[in-house]
Order: sequence, then C-alpha cells, then structure tokens
Amino acid sequence: MSILLRPGVHRIHRNMSAMSGVVESTIRSKLLQSLEAKHLDVINESYMHNVPKGAETHFKVVVVSDKFEGLPLIKRHRLVNDLLKDELQSGVHALSIVAKTPEQWEKSDKVVESSPNCKGGFGK
Amino acid sequence: MNSLLRRSLFPIYSNTLKLSCRSFADVGVKEKIDTIVKNNKVVVFMKGVPDAPRCGFSNAVVQIMRMHAVPYDSHDVLSDEDLRQGIKDHSNWPTIPQVFINGEFVGGCDIMLQMHQSGELIEELKKVGIKSALLTAEESKKEEQK
Repeated sequence: MSILLRPGVHRIHRNMSAMSGVVESTIRSKLLQSLEAKHLDVINESYMHNVPKGAETHFKVVVVSDKFEGLPLIKRHRLVNDLLKDELQSGVHALSIVAKTPEQWEKSDKVVESSPNCKGGFGK
Repeated sequence: MNSLLRRSLFPIYSNTLKLSCRSFADVGVKEKIDTIVKNNKVVVFMKGVPDAPRCGFSNAVVQIMRMHAVPYDSHDVLSDEDLRQGIKDHSNWPTIPQVFINGEFVGGCDIMLQMHQSGELIEELKKVGIKSALLTAEESKKEEQK
C-alpha cells in the first residue's frame, strides 16, 4: 500500500524545504515553539497531488515531543490540528500526522511511511 | 454546471440565500450526521465510494476495513458539500476520511493505520461485537498448529 521512505529520503525533502514554502515554515515554527519538538519533519507532499508546482496544500508532519506523554493518539492529533488551525482553514488541505513521545521515537525504527497515492479527488 | 452558472449570474442572490439558510442547514446536517453515526456500528465518511475511493487516505481506510472484513456504512462527502463541512464541524476534525465506531469519532487515516498496526482496532471492533477477519484467520492458524 505504501512505499517505505528511508530517513535519507526525508533529508532530501528537508533540504528542499530550506528554499521553499511560507506555509511550510509557519507550520515548522508553530510546532517547534508550541510543542518544543525534539524532532520535527515537515514534509510538503503536495507534489504527489494534482496541484500547481510549488503548491502548499498537502503536508505530512513528524513530531516528537514530551508534550505527547500520556495522551492518546487522538488527543495528540487534536493538539497538532489545533495549532495549525489557521493553515488548515486557509489552503492546507491534507495533514498527515505522526506524533510520538521521545521514548517512542527512540524505540521506533525512525522510518516514516509516505502517504498513500492521490486518487484524484482533490479540488472536486 | 448549474450551480456554477447560478453562482456567476446571481452572486448576490445566492449569498443572501446562503446567509439566511445557513442556520437551518447547519441544524439539518447536524441531525443528519447524528443519525448516520448512530445507525451503524462502523461509519466512514470518505471521498468517493469504497469501490472507487477518490483520495489515497480514504482508500487506505477502505483497505483496512476490507482486511478486517468490517461491515460499515460509508458516505461520500464529495457528493454533498453540506456533509463535507458538517462532518468537520461535528468532529472538530479538519480532514477526511473520518471513522466512527459506535457513534464515536475514532480518527482519520493515520490513526486507523496505527490502530490497525498495533492491534487496537481488533479490540475496538470486539467491543462493538464485530469480529475482525484477521482475528479469525489467526485463530484458525493456531487451531491448525495444535
């Protein structure tokens, strides 16, 4: 169903992001500040969808934070969704979230699967 | 096409209409959603239909449901704009798909995927009297080994 992305692949995205995206950097700074993220990846996956080049519509975030400690998954996601409320209301159309505590992140293989392929429903 | 025409020809008309109708529409869709999620043990709000999902995230949820052989009720938000906004408001959740079990919002694609991987989904389904096909398969395997 999905292709495994090696951490190295993410690094490429991260480098690319250095030169792009107002929305992307807003997401990055909001999550860094509010969640004091120990590890953060903000991946613009818009290119996988039927949107103009350089668009900032589809994102995946990988957040590792102490603030997730003791929170069920749904509450962690709500926390991230709430922080990015403005972005989600103004153009960000898809947000995939991986939310782990530092302990969970250390125990994991630190590999994040890429999002499923688009089926063309965007904008319809 | 019709709605496009209407929008371009009568923008003021449609705006006032929308404003005056909004409160009624909100109540209507809210009640509709309440009924939908209570009528079935498992309900999925998605883009497209299970046989032809129109979004990768919706497709992933459909595949998970298929693996567990879960009977569920699905609703295509692309064919109903009120429902599309209404369900986001209802769950206070910004994205589609959305999965409900026993009337309660459980999560979107990421959460379903994690619940599937951790085995939690099997447990949640068990609570509402649905036996996952994965569990059945596991049991028959054990039976064979005996």
